[in-house]
Amino acid sequence: MLNPDSVGRTFAGTDVITISQSEVDAFCAVVGETDTTVAPPTFTIRITLTQFEAILTQPEIGLDWTRLVHGDQKFEIFSPVKAGDALTCDATIESYRVAAGNEIVTVRSDLHRSGERVISAWSTLVVRA
Amino acid sequence: MVDTGGARMIEVGSELPEKVFLLDRALLKQYADASGDQNPIHQNEEFAISVGLPNVIAHGMLTMALVGKYVSDFAGGSANVLEYGARFIKPVIVPAGEKVDLTVSATVSEINDGKISITLSATSAGVKVLGMAKAVVKK
Repeated sequence: MLNPDSVGRTFAGTDVITISQSEVDAFCAVVGETDTTVAPPTFTIRITLTQFEAILTQPEIGLDWTRLVHGDQKFEIFSPVKAGDALTCDATIESYRVAAGNEIVTVRSDLHRSGERVISAWSTLVVRA
Repeated sequence: MVDTGGARMIEVGSELPEKVFLLDRALLKQYADASGDQNPIHQNEEFAISVGLPNVIAHGMLTMALVGKYVSDFAGGSANVLEYGARFIKPVIVPAGEKVDLTVSATVSEINDGKISITLSATSAGVKVLGMAKAVVKK
């Protein structure tokens, strides 16, 4: 079970993540995108999902990642991500509830480039009962 | 600039052309590598069945990435996509040796302030796989 005290907490990503052209190219190739000058709209899940896993499975947060299902996902893109961008990522546990034994947690991640917000993304994660 | 697919005007209620993506196990592996999501339910049939799934399933985010390509194409490029969201309601099931469809279409739901909102439909084998799928693009 998720520790209820963690709701509302923001976890600041410590690392600056620099996006390489080869990462963008690989993601574009999957979907058949030929314009690789801009990352596809869902590209940053590559950064955020790994970060969520690291945060939410910490012992004091306590989410069971092995029974986790992705419920929904939303992106707001203020400035498109490109190769060469150096991004920081903060994650905030926005909400948590239990329904029919399933734990439902919504995490918002905010990606910044030189202090300017480039993307906010909301992920609803469901831990099945 | 939005790709109107010819000279036709885009207005609220306009239906956008359907596009079919094909998924197979190789694409799932390619997405796993591109996204970093190596969860075995997307690659290993034995494991997927052991956790109660009917077979290997596509990453929800792969489905969303492909529908995202549809959105980018409509928007005239990924740089024009402002918002994009969806709910994962059913998995896309990908049996070994098969190519399964992801059929995408959309309807224009709102036009204002230089933005166009579209409501997306995504099905696989006739089953709706995304719910509440919407995107907002620059006009």
